[in-house]
Amino acid sequence: MSNFKQHSVLPGFNLALGFTLLYLSLIVLIPLSAAFIRTASLSWVEFWNMVTTPRVLASYRLTFGASFAAALVNAVFGLLVAWVLVRYRFPGKKLVDALVDLPFALPTAVAGIALTALYAGNGWIGQFFEPFGIKIAFTPLGIFVALTFIGLPFVVRTVQPVLEDIEAELEEAAATLGATRFQTFSRVIFPTLFPALLTGFALAFARAIGEYGSVIFIAGNMPMVSEITPLLIITKLEQYDYAGATALAVVMLIISFVMLLIINLLQWWTRRRSALT
Amino acid sequence: MSTTVLPIPSSAGPSNTNTYERSTQEPAWARRTLIGLALTFLTLFLFIPLISVFYEALKKGMDVYIAAITDPDAVSAIQLTLTAAAIAVPLNLIFGVAAAWAIAKFEFRGKNLLITLIDLPFSVSPVVSGLIYVLIFGLQGWLGPWLAEHDIKVIFAVPGIVLATLFVTVPFIARELIPLMQAQGTEEEEAAVVLGANGWQTFFHVTLPNVKWGLLYGVILCNARAMGEFGAVSVVSGHIRGSTNTLPLHVEILYNEYNFAAAFAVASLLALLALVTLALKTIVESKTRKQGSRGA
Repeated sequence: MSNFKQHSVLPGFNLALGFTLLYLSLIVLIPLSAAFIRTASLSWVEFWNMVTTPRVLASYRLTFGASFAAALVNAVFGLLVAWVLVRYRFPGKKLVDALVDLPFALPTAVAGIALTALYAGNGWIGQFFEPFGIKIAFTPLGIFVALTFIGLPFVVRTVQPVLEDIEAELEEAAATLGATRFQTFSRVIFPTLFPALLTGFALAFARAIGEYGSVIFIAGNMPMVSEITPLLIITKLEQYDYAGATALAVVMLIISFVMLLIINLLQWWTRRRSALT
Repeated sequence: MSTTVLPIPSSAGPSNTNTYERSTQEPAWARRTLIGLALTFLTLFLFIPLISVFYEALKKGMDVYIAAITDPDAVSAIQLTLTAAAIAVPLNLIFGVAAAWAIAKFEFRGKNLLITLIDLPFSVSPVVSGLIYVLIFGLQGWLGPWLAEHDIKVIFAVPGIVLATLFVTVPFIARELIPLMQAQGTEEEEAAVVLGANGWQTFFHVTLPNVKWGLLYGVILCNARAMGEFGAVSVVSGHIRGSTNTLPLHVEILYNEYNFAAAFAVASLLALLALVTLALKTIVESKTRKQGSRGA
């Protein structure tokens, strides 16, 4: 015991840790392991064939492509929003700052139907694209819109605190040494923000890959065209194809774990970088 | 390196403010363009969607709106949503406090792994979160035959909905409390114990007052997610009207029946919940900031 835990005068360690481990095992770990144990009854070839059919591959391409594009847009505009919120003053700023978290608080189904109504051919926003033959709702473009909405707060909220902590002296020094404003931004500010920006991008991307609620309303859900991987899992489940659904779930879980690892590494990098400056 | 300190013009007089501002601030036109671009983006992706929920909900008039949210199916969906949150939030609160006490107040091996495991539900797709419970409690699942024998329904029934809600909301309170309690250290608790307080007294009189706002913050976020969860609950619910439909699932059913006014009316309740959540969150954040600056 002494090896495992350092001595402390405070009571309650065994009770608190015991309860934590029991609860986590019952609610999270044992259920998650069910997916892996179920899939272990398949042979490797069976598993591989299940998760690489053309329809499944099309869903990966769509899910990853749309998630990547949405996370990229969020990285650019999230940085812009964070910059504007930290550096400038304008009327309604506090309200805007509070509303940035809306995608965290708004249930995904509500976001899904609202975005569908807006970006449909006769919707408030969709009507401006319709004359140019651009359809947004019920196409992969709609999926991109929904995922952009869902991922919006991540970049803003990871970049914002780092930007607030950048000391004015850094920029003043750059200016004193003759840097133009743009040089100061690209050579001094941006490199400091970069780890946080990348973390925000990874968080938005990871969230988008698993997203279901906001996407299914706007996607159109056509196999091979606008069917995301989470929806394909539900479809297989509804057809009582438990093995197929579970195999796909395992693929999604492995991707989640890899993303979690990458995000942890990025956060470690962000902390180290900000500790150095 | 610290030989001469250059006079940094941050407190400089008005004579050279102009040159200084030019080099550390953007020109006015650039500032306005950036603010404009940011607000345009937020308007398109945030503000208009939010407004449209209420617009669509009230488009057909107040009568249709009231009828939609007082419909018996809607009322039973509200009840189920409240029930699921009333079970999930307190359980995750107890879990969050226990986990934060163990992690923040003690040093032990494997702590970082434990923190990562607590965060796990955040990174799992909601659909997968629902599916894993089907694999355990469903008819084809591990416990399925035993449950069927004893006539207990978990999947396509209320217990399944509660379990799925529990899963997706596990990290919220723990992850708010852990960094907060870590930052506050253990000295105050140790003093209390040395002075003769028992563990519970120490927790309720020393620890809890220090973290109450962070705790409330976690509860608010946990509650919002518990009431709004769609994907995980959708997999285990079976969509039985008036019995296993939560509010978000009821929105989906109404929408798929092309009953848009009613769908948006019910959705507006959830949007209101989101706005209340954001308002509370903003208040709690300003409270913690005050508390933090007082502590420092």
